[in-house]
Amino acid sequence: MRWLLIKDLQILRRSPLLVGLLIVYPIAIALMIGFALSSPPGKPKVALYNEVPAGRGTINIGNQKLDVAGYASELLNSIQPVKVHSAAQAIAAVRDGQALAAVIIPAALPQQIQTLITQGVGSPTVRLYLNTKDPIEKQFVDQAISSRINTVEQAVSKQVLRVAVNDLQEVLNGGSVEILGQKVPLLGLRNARTIVQGTLATLPRDSPLRAALGQVISFADLAIQGLGFAKPVLGSIGTPLTVQETQLAGRTTPTDTYAAAIAVIVSLMFVTMLLAAGMLAVERSENAYARLVRGLVTPGRLLSEKIVLAGGCATLVTVVMAAFISLFIHLDWSRFELWVLALALGGLAFGALGVAIGAVAREVSAASLMAFLVSLPVAFVALVPASAVSGAIKTVLDVVAFLFPFKAALEAIANAFSGTSPGIGLPLVHLAVLAVVFAGLAALAMRRFAAR
Amino acid sequence: MSTAAAPIPFAARSLTKRFGTRVALRDVSFELAAGELVGIIGPNGAGKTTLLSILAGALAPDEGELSHAGRDAGWVPQKPALYSKLSVAENLRLFARLEKVPDPEAAVARMLEQTGLSDRAGEEVGRLSGGNQQRVNIAIGLLSEPPVLLLDEPSASLDPRQRERLWEFISALGQRGTTVVFSTHNVAEVERYAHRVLLLADGELLFTGTPAELERAVGGDPRDLEAALVGFLHLHGH
Repeated sequence: MRWLLIKDLQILRRSPLLVGLLIVYPIAIALMIGFALSSPPGKPKVALYNEVPAGRGTINIGNQKLDVAGYASELLNSIQPVKVHSAAQAIAAVRDGQALAAVIIPAALPQQIQTLITQGVGSPTVRLYLNTKDPIEKQFVDQAISSRINTVEQAVSKQVLRVAVNDLQEVLNGGSVEILGQKVPLLGLRNARTIVQGTLATLPRDSPLRAALGQVISFADLAIQGLGFAKPVLGSIGTPLTVQETQLAGRTTPTDTYAAAIAVIVSLMFVTMLLAAGMLAVERSENAYARLVRGLVTPGRLLSEKIVLAGGCATLVTVVMAAFISLFIHLDWSRFELWVLALALGGLAFGALGVAIGAVAREVSAASLMAFLVSLPVAFVALVPASAVSGAIKTVLDVVAFLFPFKAALEAIANAFSGTSPGIGLPLVHLAVLAVVFAGLAALAMRRFAAR
Repeated sequence: MSTAAAPIPFAARSLTKRFGTRVALRDVSFELAAGELVGIIGPNGAGKTTLLSILAGALAPDEGELSHAGRDAGWVPQKPALYSKLSVAENLRLFARLEKVPDPEAAVARMLEQTGLSDRAGEEVGRLSGGNQQRVNIAIGLLSEPPVLLLDEPSASLDPRQRERLWEFISALGQRGTTVVFSTHNVAEVERYAHRVLLLADGELLFTGTPAELERAVGGDPRDLEAALVGFLHLHGH
């Protein structure tokens, strides 16, 4: 095997263009995937025009004022604003493609909210204009703006509730209310009850007012009790649900580490499979295969040499790549030996899959093309999120992903990079089993096709 | 030309090879003698390459047996089986090591000298002419100094001058005691160099004997082996 390995390394050394492409192309793809997965989506360009005149954006709730227009400006947190000076300009900016969307806050919005709060009628409306040709982009912009509008809505609701609760407290306990710039004291239900109770005590036993005042005290007791409950009830409406998150199973790998793992495994897959398939096909395209297997080398040893060659080269390339990535993303260097182990076993499994493909093809170009065509769906199937597909399809995808090395290699290297769950043991065993299975299939394919 | 020495224990017995339902070789038996030059002739698809591949151990027969292991013979396939990115010397060295030749470097030097490629030893094989590639191909077949050399259409890609040099080289091998079995479509080469002819058609061995015996078997012009070959095939329904 040593002489064949040396021979293949000599051939690779004299094929700089091929080796360069073999390394640069998958790394370029891998880095693109990594950046796409690790970078959060940018803020969409949105033209925001507030028609509410300055100082007219407040509404009165009880004795408090609320700046609605100010809350609407919260939208700026989710967008990259495009400066406009009128609603027409905002719409034109969307039409011209300067902005993906326009949000127009109508001048009547504060009044509409005031009417809704005080009279319970009306539907305050913010106008949204979209002009995105790409449906995915449209969904992204829509979601970004809707999500922020919901936040604003919640903030306004919360503020209204807080004012309402304060007013109720004043009705219950007394306080003061501002009328025409003058503070007017408010007695409050509890104080009123005390006064009535005191008056009742001074009345003669046979006074006809006793029964009526008794009814007033009973009503006050009931009202005090009911309003006492109202405070916590109204308070809870502002934040009706609290989410307590506990992760019972699944991945705890940080997102950027996971993206790095994907980038590295995509590279490992491409380099190994293209190299293994191509270098095995070389033996046949150079007509050397028959000369080798007539007693000089057994087919099994030839396959092993190609798997070791491809897996070894790809492991080297991806270890260097991981080290480079660790300059930008935290990867746990204390687990370096596990990086190498995961990549080496992944390389062997992908190498075995590569030689199984190379055994079928007669030409290097055909073998490379086949390896490439197989690689893409293998990666795609393993990367489809479980929540993105329905039950039956998910089961099918899980089975297909289980039959190929990508998912196991990804889990192994993600664990090696971060030390988080799921564990590394099972993926490594899985990879070893897949390496044996694909090497067996390659041997069968050699027997079936190589003699032709 | 005369038939060479007594048969050596190098024989094929009842070889049969099938590819699916097609029978490529049917019950073929013969023996080879030391220093003998044997030409395998026959129409396209007769089974010449299949027979040589079985003798070389590159293909396993479905039935029948050989008196030797395939790797005991030197084998020169029709298309050069070489690594075009390696140099002449690197190709020779690789196969010398794989064949476990006792002194690979000495074997490489010897073959470079014998094939006249010493001055091209460091050149990549892919940059050599077809004739020189064939010389390297033959040199690899001879690395282990085998008692039998199997050549599949060795002169097919050569120009007349290169062919002449090739046959000089092969004749010299025969004179040194190496048995050479070659296939060819060039009947003139068989007439000129072969001690014995194996005539195959549709996988059957129809005739074995000297070229002169083949001509006599048909009874035509004794100076025209090609006409004798065609006549013989016609007589036997091919």
